[in-house]
Parts: sequence; C-alpha cells; structure tokens
Amino acid sequence: MKNNFFYISLLTLMSFLLSACVTINIYFPAAAAEKAADKIIEEVWQLEDSEETERKTE
Amino acid sequence: MSNAIFRLILLVVLFGLSFASYAAANIEVDTPTVASIKHSMQSRHAQLEPHYSGGAVGFTRDGLIAMRDANAVPLASRGSVNALISAENMDRNALYREIARANNHPEWEADIRATFSQRWIKLAKSGWWYQVSGGSWAQK
Repeated sequence: MKNNFFYISLLTLMSFLLSACVTINIYFPAAAAEKAADKIIEEVWQLEDSEETERKTE
Repeated sequence: MSNAIFRLILLVVLFGLSFASYAAANIEVDTPTVASIKHSMQSRHAQLEPHYSGGAVGFTRDGLIAMRDANAVPLASRGSVNALISAENMDRNALYREIARANNHPEWEADIRATFSQRWIKLAKSGWWYQVSGGSWAQK
C-alpha cells in the first residue's frame, strides 16, 4: 500500500514535468531556429564549398 | 499486479517526457519542399551574387531582397534583375512558410522570417548591403 502511494506521487510528478515540456514546445525555439537557418543559408550560398576551394587552392 | 501496471505507466510517461523535450529543442527543416526550394535558391545565387557585391541588390529587414540602387544595373538587364528578385522573394516566402508548416506551427512563420532576416545579414559577405531600421541601407 505504501509502495503504491510512492508510485502515484512519482506518476503525478512526471505528468507535471511532461505538461511543462509540452508547454515549452508552444514557444518558438529561437536557438534551434538560428542553427537551422545558418545551415540552410550556408547551403544556398555554398559557404562551406567556397572555403574548401580556398583551402584547395592554397 | 497493480504494481506492474504502475511501472508500465511510469515507463510510458518517461518515454513521453523524453520525446517532448526532443521535439521542443529541434526545428524540422528536412522536408522535400524545403530541399527543392533550397535547390532553386542555390542555382539562382550565382546570378544574384554580382548584384549583392555591386550594391544593386540588398537584404531587407523582413528576410527578403530588394533593388537598392537600380543605377548600378545597366538599363538593358534591369528587367531580368527585377525578375530574379521577385523569384528569389517567392522562394524565401515559401521557405519560411514551409518550415513553420513542417513543425506543425504555422504561427511561427513570422519568427522564422525574423530569424532568417538576421542570419542572412550576419552571414553576408563584406561589401554587401542590408536595410537597417528606418529603411536606410548599410554596407557590411
């Protein structure tokens, strides 16, 4: 019986944490978006490629 | 018996928790639509780059590009540069919309546009022009 009480409280705690995480996901993840944007811009402008060619010509 | 059920529920909750945190920290950009927009922008970039460095075309504050100095382009090719600009802006608008949609948050489009707007300017080469608040132009 005591054991059950422990699990119920643990479950309640985890549910709160879970709902907190779902709430966070509603907000815009600015840092992740910045990284994703950089990746796309580098591909479109082929920034890494030009660095590689510079290295090759050196 | 009930102990086993609680353990199972706990396991499911923990899995849900880890998945929720994973989803919160990532932006999905690997969709076929994003890939095709990227490809189209990539092939257009070679034509646009001389106009970025020549000062004819600059980066706006809303994540697009615009004609900054039409006199930097010969009259004969002005029409084709304008066509390049509008095609590029269509791709950029589609890109921001698609990323928001791919993340199941269409309302993020404005945030994604703002992020891109800052990053285009941040990664721009020196000599390229960008718009500052108030609508005037600055050179990197």
